[in-house]
Amino acid sequence: MGTPKKMSALLEIKDISKRFGNLVANDKISFTQMQGEVLAILGENGAGKTTLMNILFGHYKPDSGEIIFQESKLPAGKPGHAIEAGIGMVHQHFTLAENLTVLENIIIGEQSLLSFSLPQKSARKKLQDLSDRFGLPINPDTIVANLSVSEKQRLEILKTLYRDCTLLILDEPTAALTPQETDSLFSTIKHMVKNGLSVILISHKLNEILAVSDRIVVLRHGKLVGEVVTSKANRTEIAEMIVGGKVNYPKKEKSSPGKEVMRLENISCNPINESTKGLNGVDISLFEGQILGIAGVTGNGQTSLAKMMSGHLKPKNGEIFFDQKRIEVFNPKNFMELGVAYIPEDRNIDGLVADMSVWENAVITEISNEKLGNTLGFLNNSSCNDAAQILCETYDVRTQTLQQPARLLSGGNVQKLLLGRWLIRQPKVLIACQPTRGLDEGAIASIQKMILDVRKKGNAVLLITEDLDELLKLSDTVSVIYNGKLSNNFSAEGLDRARVGLMMAGEGFYD
Amino acid sequence: MIDFRLEQREHVSPWLVFFAPIGAVIFSLMIASILIILAGVNPIESYIKLFVGAFGSKNAIAETLARATPLILTGLAAAIAFRAKFWNIGAEGQLYAGALAVTFFGTGLIQLPSFLMIPFLFLVGALAGGLLLLPLVLLRNYYKVDEVVTTLLTNFIIILLVGYLLEGPWKDPMSLGWPQGASVIDEGVLPQIIPRTRLHLGFIISIFTALTIWLILSRTILGFKIKAVGINPSASHHAGIPVIKTIIIVALLSGGMAGMAGVTETAGLKGYLTLDLSPGFGYAGIAVAMLAGLNPIGIIFSGIFLASIYVGADAMSRAMNVPTYLADVIVALTVLSVLISIIMLQFKIVFGGQKRDI
Repeated sequence: MGTPKKMSALLEIKDISKRFGNLVANDKISFTQMQGEVLAILGENGAGKTTLMNILFGHYKPDSGEIIFQESKLPAGKPGHAIEAGIGMVHQHFTLAENLTVLENIIIGEQSLLSFSLPQKSARKKLQDLSDRFGLPINPDTIVANLSVSEKQRLEILKTLYRDCTLLILDEPTAALTPQETDSLFSTIKHMVKNGLSVILISHKLNEILAVSDRIVVLRHGKLVGEVVTSKANRTEIAEMIVGGKVNYPKKEKSSPGKEVMRLENISCNPINESTKGLNGVDISLFEGQILGIAGVTGNGQTSLAKMMSGHLKPKNGEIFFDQKRIEVFNPKNFMELGVAYIPEDRNIDGLVADMSVWENAVITEISNEKLGNTLGFLNNSSCNDAAQILCETYDVRTQTLQQPARLLSGGNVQKLLLGRWLIRQPKVLIACQPTRGLDEGAIASIQKMILDVRKKGNAVLLITEDLDELLKLSDTVSVIYNGKLSNNFSAEGLDRARVGLMMAGEGFYD
Repeated sequence: MIDFRLEQREHVSPWLVFFAPIGAVIFSLMIASILIILAGVNPIESYIKLFVGAFGSKNAIAETLARATPLILTGLAAAIAFRAKFWNIGAEGQLYAGALAVTFFGTGLIQLPSFLMIPFLFLVGALAGGLLLLPLVLLRNYYKVDEVVTTLLTNFIIILLVGYLLEGPWKDPMSLGWPQGASVIDEGVLPQIIPRTRLHLGFIISIFTALTIWLILSRTILGFKIKAVGINPSASHHAGIPVIKTIIIVALLSGGMAGMAGVTETAGLKGYLTLDLSPGFGYAGIAVAMLAGLNPIGIIFSGIFLASIYVGADAMSRAMNVPTYLADVIVALTVLSVLISIIMLQFKIVFGGQKRDI
């Protein structure tokens, strides 16, 4: 109780090292988190952020070094101690029981399995107090499935506060939020810090970090490469610290729209599962040499739209035209043959066959055409190998051998392989869903260049991405998807981000 | 409390890959010897009798290989299906479907010279096994009906159908009241390959089938598709591979090979259909396939291995006066230990609370 002690050390990370075989995941990392401070940990995938957090929470035992929290040492490799000591973490992917109420989710982990009743009354009061004190309004009796993404995140934060956490760790907290929700989260963070909480933010979005943190530490290849006070930080300097050099982002060149390649007229369909919407009277036109960007909060029908345009779904109403000819057959094979390429959003589930080799993944889209075998159905190994070799060289897929399992490739190389094997077919339409999600900056630049090259060659692209910056940078025109409906098209140039953000949340959508 | 964790191995030495299953077999024999000791006899002596019973004479070897024949075929049936993640537990029923087809066509309805009759019987047997599986695979593909349930339950339907036919319309009037089918005509009987033993042509055919399946899986476009569909059906679908068609082909092949096992037993070993034609070859085929890690070449060896235990256990039982059920215990223990050894090939036990990212 009482006012928090300002500027005394809360958490000290001292010389933490951890190797996995030949990989040094954490190399003598040391830094200090002060009481009442928002500390940002920046770094690309594989920089060592996750390993460090796993060490902090006792899931891994460090090879050397120690962690001191509130002046006492945390025992290494013992899960549970960090949480007991008052460190709470909100993961990027929520861990909530969707079919229970908010209150039940709060209590759930606290109770012994053998207890017969839940201490609803006292829990309700404590939840109310926390909610008031930290400015996190929530209705305790709502079923979690009915909460929005930002409300679920609020609940996750309240869950850690309920367990008396004094240090809150947020892992990529803005990944699924609209710009407005992001702003509101940041003011909540500032409010919580004022009320005695300390916060660690893990992110790779530099703009957000600069807006909300007090201090920044940067990790790269397992090492701590920089530590700056945010008020004195220089944006480009930090960006270069993160990637370890300059990244050459591709530039969008001028391109005027050619003739219409693909058109959806008044397309409707039912949702494919509970986490997404169907489509409701969607009209879209894709033009040669143009990128149409679809903005929207995840789950508003993006997946249905992409699946519809790649032949994985059959419309309930409406018609699709390709080169002005009406499509009659709705299956992926027919769309592939027309010249549609589809990069699904979950590349590890819908894209890569991880336990097959790199060459097998490289030729799998061609196998169906039986170009790589003889008439008896035998595979021609050398032509498969050549095709894979050409693919990897053309699109800079870095692999040790073509025979190694594809799961050993980095995320960036996986995406280059998946995108490349479609591009090599010279598609007329590319449907790209979240093409750069979770990739590091270097890989993002390569993937964006590949997408812009499709446009440069005079083909059409439909780009669906959560990253508004990327969307505005790559697209020629932008449309917002909300609740299975599409807004009018806007020119991407000089588009007002705030307005797009509001439309993503459904406000002013129907005007 | 002992504090230990499983850690993934970075390197798996080829020696380990080779010796792990052998070690697992030895381990399971050791465990089974506890039961033999409880039965009051010397386990080492018992195992010697078992070995001699399986491999000790020309006749013993012939008997073991004859027993291995249906096991190899049902093992292949399980392996190809499991590789595509199609859980066909119905090889027993498909085996009987093959046997029914042989009895229907091969006991006088069709008469061809031997070099045509034998391939014809294999063809109809395989078709019967495959077609029995066809509605089930369609139910799975289009209505998501669990194939484990449907294939398993179909076994009972077919076995009861066989019972009905052999007690009624198909009962051989010459059988002195035994429930058995009419004899396969001479042109259809699989010839002996070692004179004066029960080892018949079916064994060669099962080896040949295993090699063919190996060739299909490792060298052909179809094999590529089966592999891709088995590992990641969703990604295969997105890459344009016809997933449903591939699984239907797999089901036809799988049911077909189980049906062929019915042919070897009816037209090869016995000469006519009986109610006890298969003492669970369809189910044992799953063990054969698992022991071999679903590898068609490995299935030849694991099929012979399981057959040797069954055949040898008969000899052991006669000589040492222990129950033949020990064979089932040994087989079950072996499958379990080999499966555990396969996991242990990927992981090692680390004491002291270390864990790594997997």
